[in-house]
Amino acid sequence: MSDVKTLIARRVAKEFKDGDVVNLGIGLPTLVADYIPDDIDVTLYSDNGCLGLGGAAAEDHIDPYLIDAGGTFATVGKNCAFFDSALSFAIARGGHLDVCVLGALQVDSNGNIANWCVPGKKIPGMGGAMDLVVGSKRVIIAMEHTLRGQPKLMENCTLPLTAINAVNRIVTQMGVIDVTENGFLLVEYNPEYTVEEIKAATAAPLAVSPDLKPMI
Amino acid sequence: MKNKIITQEQAAGLVKDGMTVMLGGYLGCGTPHGIIGLLVKNNVRNLTVISNDATYPGQGVGRLFENKQVERFIGSHIGTNPEVGRQMTCGECFVDLIPQGTLAERIRCGGAGIAGFLTPTGIGTIAEVGRQIMELDGKKYILERPLRADVAILSARCADKNGNLFFAKSSRNFQPLMATAADIVIVEADEIVEPGDIEPECVHTPSIFVDYITEARK
Repeated sequence: MSDVKTLIARRVAKEFKDGDVVNLGIGLPTLVADYIPDDIDVTLYSDNGCLGLGGAAAEDHIDPYLIDAGGTFATVGKNCAFFDSALSFAIARGGHLDVCVLGALQVDSNGNIANWCVPGKKIPGMGGAMDLVVGSKRVIIAMEHTLRGQPKLMENCTLPLTAINAVNRIVTQMGVIDVTENGFLLVEYNPEYTVEEIKAATAAPLAVSPDLKPMI
Repeated sequence: MKNKIITQEQAAGLVKDGMTVMLGGYLGCGTPHGIIGLLVKNNVRNLTVISNDATYPGQGVGRLFENKQVERFIGSHIGTNPEVGRQMTCGECFVDLIPQGTLAERIRCGGAGIAGFLTPTGIGTIAEVGRQIMELDGKKYILERPLRADVAILSARCADKNGNLFFAKSSRNFQPLMATAADIVIVEADEIVEPGDIEPECVHTPSIFVDYITEARK
């Protein structure tokens, strides 16, 4: 399972360009930070009011005034800045983030995303996710292709939405899928799976790019 | 200038039953833990609490829920505190979950004399339920209204005796916004210094917004 997450995180890290400002959501997306190529500079954004944090703090070097967006004690990185929540969401909502990487419960072929609530089970709240997906120039979903065998790529999301028409690309352990005007388009595949297997694990029509490439 | 320094007990005593209270902090970082502890001790009831999240069990804002003092909560996230989810599900507490950027901007407007703003965040989701939708240049926006409180309680790394505030690192979060949006603003400062000790260009919240200062207990 951790191999699956590593595979997804490694592939997502290839999406960044030198100079990008990037938000990494809680969970799997956080792992992406470990695989950002050394030859590019990427500034990480944390919605609690930080740019350029430097990763988790060692247990004996905890600063009580410094946490990341997930509540983990963090460190100051290079090109670091702190600001209040209004400016933080001016960054998120105002189109100043190049890429937002989030996990999702469901994504559909219209680019709608559901990632904050399972009615009757878990209602943690949307936090900053709704602002992030609406405002970022590019939204990439990093998630496992299915959840306990159930497809997460749908024709229409059934869970409460986080945003509509927001997702650009989905990276799973099975492949890389773009959300186009005509729905899902498989642009890269993991050679461990056949295209037919990927289609079978997707609950919506999945077109195959004429330029289909292996993702590894 | 009026003496703004009071004890933590005096500070907590300013909060009465039924008040709307803004509490600074993000997952407990920048949360006024000392005064919250005294609000639990004073057992003030039926509070409306405005704060980003419900922190963790036994900590910060979470303690007010555990003591059943919160009638209504306005915030963006409660997932780190299962007790709040339980109270919401069984109707003991009304929880109004709103997107974090919308929460910040509503507080900012509350302090800035702005009657509302139009945000694209939440269009097509339950965040738009019960709200007015406006279309401008072919794009839909939600009309959001300002938030204000009777009391805002903040936690600063440093306050000078006039009330100029400095917030360290990520503890700033919602606090400079809340300082502008409440009738009474109380600051629990980790350190109280002489006027001028905070470089004027390093003041995050000017003293005019701060009514009372109390020193945090170590």
